[in-house]
Amino acid sequence: MSNIYFARFFKIIVFFMALTGVAQMPIFKRYYISDLPGLGWLADFYLTNKIHYALAAVLIFMVMYLATEYILTKRNSMKLSRCGVVRAALFALIIFTGVFRVIKNLPYVTMDPFTVMMIDWTHLVFAMLLGIVALMALIRGKSSYFEEGGNILKGKSY
Amino acid sequence: MKLKKTGISRRNFLKGLGVGSAAALLPSVAPSVVSAATSDSEELMTLLDISKCTGCGECVQGCSDVNETKYPDPIKPYPEMYPASRAKPEDWTDKRDVDDRLTPYNWLYIQTAEVEYNGESYEINIPRRCLHCQNPPCANLCPWGAAAKQKNGIVRIFENVCLGGAKCRAVCPWHIPQRQTGVGLYLRLLPKFAGNGVMYKCDRCYNRINEGKLPACVEVCPESVQTIGPRSEILAKAHELVKKNGWFIYGEDENGGTNTVYVSPVPFDILNGAVEKGAGKPGLQAVADSMADEEKLATAIAIAPFAGIAAGIIKVGRYLSSSKKENDNE
Repeated sequence: MSNIYFARFFKIIVFFMALTGVAQMPIFKRYYISDLPGLGWLADFYLTNKIHYALAAVLIFMVMYLATEYILTKRNSMKLSRCGVVRAALFALIIFTGVFRVIKNLPYVTMDPFTVMMIDWTHLVFAMLLGIVALMALIRGKSSYFEEGGNILKGKSY
Repeated sequence: MKLKKTGISRRNFLKGLGVGSAAALLPSVAPSVVSAATSDSEELMTLLDISKCTGCGECVQGCSDVNETKYPDPIKPYPEMYPASRAKPEDWTDKRDVDDRLTPYNWLYIQTAEVEYNGESYEINIPRRCLHCQNPPCANLCPWGAAAKQKNGIVRIFENVCLGGAKCRAVCPWHIPQRQTGVGLYLRLLPKFAGNGVMYKCDRCYNRINEGKLPACVEVCPESVQTIGPRSEILAKAHELVKKNGWFIYGEDENGGTNTVYVSPVPFDILNGAVEKGAGKPGLQAVADSMADEEKLATAIAIAPFAGIAAGIIKVGRYLSSSKKENDNE
C-alpha cells in the first residue's frame, strides 16, 4: 500500500475508533443521532464495542508498523515535531490504557474496582486530549508529525 | 453516597474513591463468614433451591431493612434535562413500597410461576435479584468505571461515581439495574445534558460479607432456600441436588456463568414461560455469553502489535535490500 493510501486508511480507522468510542457513552440515542437514517447502529453498545475492538487491532498493527519502520530507518534523519511528539505519546497512552480495558474485560481477569475506574477514566481523558490536540494542529496548519521534510502520514517521500 | 446528607463535593467524591479503593484492597471475604466453607481465593456463589421457597417475602423485607441506608434520597425538584423527550426522569421516591418488581428501593423480589410438569402441578416461587455474573457486561461496558466486580465475585455499582446513563441496564441480559433520577455525581457535572441519576441493584450485602456476616436474604430465610460459599463447593452441591432429584439448574452457564445458581424440579424454560416478565421483572431464558465475541477479538488485539512489528521489519528489509541494489548498480 502506498503511503498516501496508508495515511488515509489510518485516518479512517482513527475516525471510526473515535466514533465507536464515543458511542460507548449513552448519548447517541439521547440526542437522536442514532435516529438518523443509517446511524441506528450507533445505539447498539455491543456492536459498537466489537467494532471498537476490531479497529483497535488494526490501529495497533499500523502504529507498530510505523513505529518499527521509523525506529529502524528514519530515527536519525527525521525528527518528530513537538506536536508530533504529543500526538504520538497520546496514541501510545490511549493504546496502553485501551489494552488494559481489553484485559480487564477477559472473563478470567478481575482487577480491583479502583484500578478499573482509573483505566476507564485515563482512556477517556487521553482520547479527548488527542482529539483536542489534533484539532488544534489542523487549525494551526501544523498537522505534520515531523519538523520538516517528509511526513510518514502524508505519504511524502522520506 | 446520599446527596441529602453529605452533598457531593469534590472532596467527598475523592474521599469516596479513596474509600472504595481501600475497601477493594481488603480481603474479599472475612474468614468468619457463617458458611464455614468461604475462602479468599474463590468467588462466592449462592445456591437457591427454589423447591423450598414458599414466597413468604422474608428475604425481600430483610434486604430492604439491611440496605435501606444505601437507598437513594434525592432532593426535589430535579434539574430539567435535555432533550426532555429522551432524557426522562425515573423517579421511584413515591413508590418506595413497590415490591413486585426490581426498583432502586427494592433489589430483590419474588416471582411466582404456576405450572404443570410431568402431570403434576407446581407453584414455584423464585427470589430474583442480580445474578452477579462472572464476566459482567454491566461492569465491562460501563464507560465510566462505575461498575466493577470484586475479587470475591460481587458485582457492584458505585453510587458516588455512577452517572445513571443506564447502559448497564441495557447491556444486562436480565436488565437488572434500576435508575433513580435526582441523585449522584451527574448533579455536579452536567445535570441538564449528561447523566440521569444513579443505577441501583443487589450488591449482595458486600458490607455484611466484609464483616463476616451473611447477606440479609440468606440469613433471614426461614426455609433456608439460599446457601452461599465458594463457587466450586456451591456448584458441587447444586449438581448433587440436580442429580439426586432429577432437577434442573439455571445460572451456571448463563451469560458465560453467574455466581448465582437456581435449582428447580421444573425446567427453567417452562418457568420462563409462566413468570411475569417486563421492566424490572427479569425472565429465566437461556442466555448466551454476552462478551464471547469480545474475547475472540481480544486475541486479534494481542496478535496485532507483533504482526505490526513483523510487517515493519519486512518493509525495512525490503527497503534496505533495494537501496543496496541501487548502490551496487551505481
